Amino acid sequence: MSGFIVFFARFLPELLRGAGLTILLTAEGLAAGFILGLLSALARVYGDKFWRGLAVGYIELFRGTPLLVQLFLIYYGLPGLGITLSRGLSAFLALGLNSGAYQAEYLRGSIIAIGDGQMMAGRSIGMSRWKTIWYVILPQALRLAIPAWSNEPVSLLKSTAVVFLIAVPELMAKAKSIAAETYDPIGTYLAVAIVYLAVVYLLDAFLRRVERLSRIPGFETEGKKA
Amino acid sequence: MLVNFVSYIVQGTAITLAVTLIALPFGLVFGLTLALLHTYGGKVLNRLAALYSLFMRGVPPIVLLFILYFILSGRLLNLSAFWAGSLSLGIVSSAYQMEILRGALLAVGGGQMTAARAVGMSRLQSIRYIILPQALRIAIPPWSNEASIVLKDSSLVYALGVPEILRRAQQLSATTQQPFLAYGTAALIYFLLVFATNRALDYLSARTQLPTHP
Amino acid sequence: MPDPILEARSLTKIYGQNVIFKDINIKVTEGETIVIIGPSGTGKSTLLRCMNLLTGVDGGQVFLDGKEITAKGYNEDEVRQHIGMVFQNFLLFNHLTALGNVMIGLTKVKKMPREQAKEKAMEELKRVGLADRADHYPGQLSGGQQQRVAIARALAMDPRVMLFDEPTSALDPELIGEVLGVMEKLARDHMTMLVVTHEMGFAREVADRIIFMEKGSIVEEGAPDDLFDHPQHNRTREFLWKITELYGKKEKEKAGKS
Repeated sequence: MSGFIVFFARFLPELLRGAGLTILLTAEGLAAGFILGLLSALARVYGDKFWRGLAVGYIELFRGTPLLVQLFLIYYGLPGLGITLSRGLSAFLALGLNSGAYQAEYLRGSIIAIGDGQMMAGRSIGMSRWKTIWYVILPQALRLAIPAWSNEPVSLLKSTAVVFLIAVPELMAKAKSIAAETYDPIGTYLAVAIVYLAVVYLLDAFLRRVERLSRIPGFETEGKKA
Repeated sequence: MLVNFVSYIVQGTAITLAVTLIALPFGLVFGLTLALLHTYGGKVLNRLAALYSLFMRGVPPIVLLFILYFILSGRLLNLSAFWAGSLSLGIVSSAYQMEILRGALLAVGGGQMTAARAVGMSRLQSIRYIILPQALRIAIPPWSNEASIVLKDSSLVYALGVPEILRRAQQLSATTQQPFLAYGTAALIYFLLVFATNRALDYLSARTQLPTHP
Repeated sequence: MPDPILEARSLTKIYGQNVIFKDINIKVTEGETIVIIGPSGTGKSTLLRCMNLLTGVDGGQVFLDGKEITAKGYNEDEVRQHIGMVFQNFLLFNHLTALGNVMIGLTKVKKMPREQAKEKAMEELKRVGLADRADHYPGQLSGGQQQRVAIARALAMDPRVMLFDEPTSALDPELIGEVLGVMEKLARDHMTMLVVTHEMGFAREVADRIIFMEKGSIVEEGAPDDLFDHPQHNRTREFLWKITELYGKKEKEKAGKS
């Protein structure tokens, strides 16, 4: 136990820097993934054959292959086609594209759950399709999606750990360099595991707060009236 | 050159499949045991299983992989990277499988247990003959999802030096100077493997469905 | 004879192999209340939805104030600002309060300034008797209250004609009265209304004309007293007898209670 305290005292600044980058990567990937996911979900529900096909293709590709392979394909593979991206950008793209494919499914599910009754009601007062989607469907669908979607930020946070393999200096990368310094891999990685747990716990608490704040009185996610 | 390319990829695919086929069943047995202990094992075991799940699912798989790898390949057990990696993957998966099976056990419900005891079965018999057959069926769809995930996560053993698809792709990229082709092929193979796995498990799910009211 | 506000000519709707309705002709003149009755599943709801272009037609035309709205290139969204619709399952926007529901058409479609929209919305809510529930969410309102808000929402757009698609069919019996009350008031204030309903009491008391539809075509239409007391077709007689037996009892009970 005292060993742990000494360890943290010595390496805390470095670990915090790594954790900070991990959180940043998570936030960026989540945001990019949300936009991509939302566009894909809308394309699948409301788009014509072309857009639907495009969305399905994207989703199948990024859910059907490992994140690590996607990462390497972007960072090491694209230069073969003349496109060379920095590590940061490659990591961001891989995480964003990957997350977007998963978020698309959550969002699609809740858009469909809101149902075409709401679409009909919106159009019955003269709103166009897109107005109804923006002012009626999405506000409800996004709220409905929150419980299921809350898995995604935590999942993404955990996936960011693999980007150390292209030398992005996030938490896992710090772990590796510290382990080399201390010659105690098991202890180091265990300590880092605890740091991850702490971050995940905080993230989870934050998400539960958001869920509580966004509740609409009378409109629970379990069942709707009428 | 092409023959080399193909044989390299095929070997990598074989390793990937091997890793997955070791990790999944190991995770299933371990996870099932944990799920049963959690649900039927009394307060202490319940808490322990819950803590295990919380820890294993709150930490990134690759971090756990490294910890377990160093333990399993250390002086005590001295397993090869392949075995250390595969078993580690299985241990990580066991936590997720535990949650899936726990959910399935809950879905079957206490009523079934009550009914089974009422006919005179012991707790163990009830679990074995009544609860499990139903729970396992219910678990198939979410379990298929986990199987896909394990297949994809097997790529993480790359970091342990295991010569699976991604490692081979990297070597190929170096020798052929065609990185996009090499990594693209790796992606394609994973895609096909995941696709085939999903199809196979969907088939299994359909075949084991209990007949419902027409 | 003034031009009808809403007119359907030879309206036909086919779904796959089934003919939902064929060659339907309806004329709704200003201030009239027309009630469509008939067995379930005869396409009455679909007919209403074709009138405000929520559903496409396979034959025939719909005219609003003499202009063909089923013509190609006609802006559907614009048309729907002038035709109000009330649905069987209310379809209130769950994420908005009652006031929000009534306001949204005004602010987002008519581009009214917020303050003005709020005033008008409160007026409409007063009209249906729900001004004190303005800040309640649909989930906090009873079925009857939700439907009244839905009526206010449609009225807020100042439509030329209101379409009611079985407005009370999804309500508990005690709540039907409050909605029918609002509809009666609207009819008395000379709102032009086309109503699909099973409420025979309402039809008899409030309708200027009743249309009996069955198996996708209009069997008979006429003034309520004519239809109820001297039905010309056997089917009409059969249907009304069956229904009033059922509902007549309810009417007597209601009369007995009040």
